[in-house]
Amino acid sequence: MDFVTFLIQILNGLQYGFTLFLVASGLTLIFGIMGIINLAHGAFYMIGAYLTFWLFGITDNLAFAIILALPIMIVFGYVVERLAISFLYKRDHLYQVLLTYGLILILNEVQKILWGSDFYSVPVPEILSASIPMGNQEYPVYRLFVSLVCMIVAAGMYVVISKTKLGMMIRAGASNREMTQALGIDIGRVFAIVFSLGAALAGFSGMIDAPLSSVYPGMGDFILIISFVVIVIGGIGSVKGAFVGAMLVGLADTFGKILVPELASMVIYALMALVLLWRPQGLFGRPT
Amino acid sequence: MTLSRPLIIFLTLAIAFLAFFPLIGDEFYQELVIRLMIMGIFAMSLDLLIGFTGLVSFGHAAFFGLSGYLLAIATPETEPVSIWYALPFCLVGTALAALLIGWFSVRTSGIYFIMITLAFAQMFYYFFNENQDLGGSDGIFIYFKPDVSIGTLQLFDLNNGHALYYFVLGGLVLSFVLLYIILKAPFGQVIRGIHANEARTKALGYNTQNYKLVSFVIAGTLAGFAGFLEAVHGGIMSPAHLGWHESGSIMMVVILGGMGTLYGPVLGAFAMGFLQDYFQELWWDHWLLLMGAFVISVVLFLPNGIAGLISKLEKFGQKPK
Repeated sequence: MDFVTFLIQILNGLQYGFTLFLVASGLTLIFGIMGIINLAHGAFYMIGAYLTFWLFGITDNLAFAIILALPIMIVFGYVVERLAISFLYKRDHLYQVLLTYGLILILNEVQKILWGSDFYSVPVPEILSASIPMGNQEYPVYRLFVSLVCMIVAAGMYVVISKTKLGMMIRAGASNREMTQALGIDIGRVFAIVFSLGAALAGFSGMIDAPLSSVYPGMGDFILIISFVVIVIGGIGSVKGAFVGAMLVGLADTFGKILVPELASMVIYALMALVLLWRPQGLFGRPT
Repeated sequence: MTLSRPLIIFLTLAIAFLAFFPLIGDEFYQELVIRLMIMGIFAMSLDLLIGFTGLVSFGHAAFFGLSGYLLAIATPETEPVSIWYALPFCLVGTALAALLIGWFSVRTSGIYFIMITLAFAQMFYYFFNENQDLGGSDGIFIYFKPDVSIGTLQLFDLNNGHALYYFVLGGLVLSFVLLYIILKAPFGQVIRGIHANEARTKALGYNTQNYKLVSFVIAGTLAGFAGFLEAVHGGIMSPAHLGWHESGSIMMVVILGGMGTLYGPVLGAFAMGFLQDYFQELWWDHWLLLMGAFVISVVLFLPNGIAGLISKLEKFGQKPK
């Protein structure tokens, strides 16, 4: 592998990692703070992508489509939290798994009713459709743009969680739920906000990803499983862990495809097994 | 776990009904019941983990599908394979896989366990999905059902619908009895102790890690037995058999039937099977939507499943002391 190919693959791996991070961070926050394992998180990613496809068809502008789709995602996350998830806070993980599994079945079918089983594509916006020449190869600007946007979102998340009052409530809720409640914070509201934001993050990831991958049924299932691997590696409940895990998985998957193509899809699971051998609670997880 | 008297009568009647069913039911229903009995074995094996050991495995379909693929590998393209070779091959292979996955998984608990079992099962899924020698995403045919003979004497022919039916029924009863004995034995007491309070069981001097691993391997192997029967019955194995939808739906069967009861999951398999047919008749294109709504309703309104309903009815019937 020459240097240019190597560099391009690094960029690809990081970009994949960034998109994964947006999905995985929501998943890990929802678990860390609310104690909920949400299988339907991948479906939010899919809905984000389909909303973008649909709104792009109407507005013919990717930015507008995303701006319109984001509030829909937030409201949608809020509704799901109120109607389904809020019944699960005191229940065993087993029931959380089952109920959110039921949600996936419903959301996947609703997707098929609304948009059918075809594969769709969303074009890359014109101003970002150029490619940067690198040696004898080219690198699409849109991929760089996606990485950049994700970096900004990640930085924004960091600021919100570590510097704002909401972030303080989130961190307090994650470390001790009862105590936080006793201090007079409406934990139910924090839960609803975290869940909607998590849904929006997953949806947003699907939105900016739509021009890169096609929009297809079941795309959420795939990203969900990978996100699980990411947060198991990083340590469940840790946003920092989700970031490191996402980068590791992104790079491992990208390089796995080149170095061992016939075993490519198994590389990340092997990575997970290795990490678990070393640290069963994940890289940044608290020991149980 | 103890079976109450009315329950024993009910189970005996149920088995008797299943035994006579092929004589009265038509072929379509006979095929359906074979499928449901296989699901029953699969669900019981998961109940050992979820209901008795307290390990919520979300990757149980891996063993079910792996065993079926092993049968496909063992069966030559031109002639049947002897069951004396094929069945041990499938079961030992599945047990080894369960040992490997279990060894990693039982080191963790709670939500980690759920995610890790799921991730490992997906690893198997992708392996078979991408392996073109094994049919890739289309799956692989098993052209011949295993041959059941001693020397040159054929005991019975699995190509015969009745023979297969009774073979599977025998497997179902055997699996139930086997699990019942395991749960009655000291081993069963320990794993239930782990479910109730792992720290305390550990304090009593039991190496809970090992007990969990053994339970995981037993459950995996039994799921492999169900997968073997499924492959024999269906004659085809596809990656979907190992997918997480399969793991989710078998988990649903266990909850619907009532976990921690052993017979409940078998009832769950039958209820789920008939329900699925009913939903498909109702709205063929999007029956999964109805199924999803049903799953959510069960979680919210019937968390102890059918077996929970039965024991409630039993209590209701008893005279107050």
